[in-house]
Amino acid sequence: MEWSDEAIVLNAERYGEADCILDVMTPAHGRHRGYVKGGMGRRQRANIQPGNEVVISWRARVEDQLGNFTLEPKRARVADLLSSRERLAAFLSVAALLVVAMPEREPHERVYNGLIALLDLLADEEAGLMDYGAGLVRLELGVLGELGFGLDLSACASTGVTEDLVYVSPKTGRAVSRQAGAPYKKKLLALPGFLLGGTGAGVVMQDVTDGLALTGYFLERHMHLSRAEALAHARARFAELFQAESAENPF
Amino acid sequence: MNRSGSVEIDRLIQILARLPGLGPRSARRAVLHMLKKRDSLMAPLAAAITDVAEKVHVCATCGNLDTSEPCAICSDHRRNRSIICIVEEVADLWALERAGSFSGLYHVLGGVLSALDGVTPEDLNIASLIERAGSDEVEEVILATNATVDGQTTAHYITERLKDAGVAVTALAHGVPVGGELDYLDDGTLTAAMRARRPF
Repeated sequence: MEWSDEAIVLNAERYGEADCILDVMTPAHGRHRGYVKGGMGRRQRANIQPGNEVVISWRARVEDQLGNFTLEPKRARVADLLSSRERLAAFLSVAALLVVAMPEREPHERVYNGLIALLDLLADEEAGLMDYGAGLVRLELGVLGELGFGLDLSACASTGVTEDLVYVSPKTGRAVSRQAGAPYKKKLLALPGFLLGGTGAGVVMQDVTDGLALTGYFLERHMHLSRAEALAHARARFAELFQAESAENPF
Repeated sequence: MNRSGSVEIDRLIQILARLPGLGPRSARRAVLHMLKKRDSLMAPLAAAITDVAEKVHVCATCGNLDTSEPCAICSDHRRNRSIICIVEEVADLWALERAGSFSGLYHVLGGVLSALDGVTPEDLNIASLIERAGSDEVEEVILATNATVDGQTTAHYITERLKDAGVAVTALAHGVPVGGELDYLDDGTLTAAMRARRPF
């Protein structure tokens, strides 16, 4: 069994002295793990940093085996992240989500493309905290959708109107209009406007905070994850930095 | 299977094979070599191991390994006590000492933060660092964590925690190694080096 694909490194676990088990996200083979001989050695270690884009070849005798990875660096994206604590935290939050929530060996090209889009945003020095904060929320929403827990934000669950959608029902995951939701607004989740399409221009701090709360609620509700604590830690870290930074530099 | 014919020798081979850099084959060679040089090598080695196992402790101040408490570095009054260099492991401290370019004090974290590996700030020696940095004599803290995702995440976290400590926080530069040729450097190092360029 053998294939080759491009990939984003999500995590590397040390295995023995100099080897590692690499966890990557690929467009055609989904999230995939493999053994990298010498992965933690001096020559390979820079390439297997989470966030890096690589071209990976997987080889195994039978399909069910863990298999061996060999990799070539494509783009050292991690260098774009290391100097910014917020960008680094945003990526680590997404990496934790994908490692913890995505099933192995199932292609999810949309999630891969979303990950690339977010990494491009994180590498863009012009992009601000609101931009990649909103990008992170969009990707989390996309992951929920790919795993079968997508939210229906097309029309109001109560009246069917498509205008002025500002809430999401925590029970059904469907949008609710301002008017229909007014009597229940304390029980409903806020729906930030940037999730309803458009360019996302004019996103403010409250939008991203609402978006993180919205996706956080459904991630926790639907995903009974064995490593949920890791995801919670990574998300909380980004949320904490987001609050601190946006409070210091309000828009 | 070692099968030297002696339970004691097999046990020694098995223990040595667990050491970094050694496997069963090299452990067998090491044991055979020691047995051949029993008086000149094996006995002194056994004595040295016993000595180190009994006497070496983790320094309660900085986390270094030494026979004295506090360690030789912490108790050396010739060192600059206003600068603390933060490293991940004792091996990093030894590397900096070998380089001989730093004469301040150290603080060994004992690892790095990693959400996926379940390593939280409580698992590292961060609380004691904040306490040390808060003392009046400390003026600067140098972050010498590795240039990895986890190393830099830890460095950012420590910077936040030191915000109110009233100390200058600096970090090691990332870039072209001495003797390095650009053609052989990875993209990440080159990008970091380009970003960290300075007037020349």
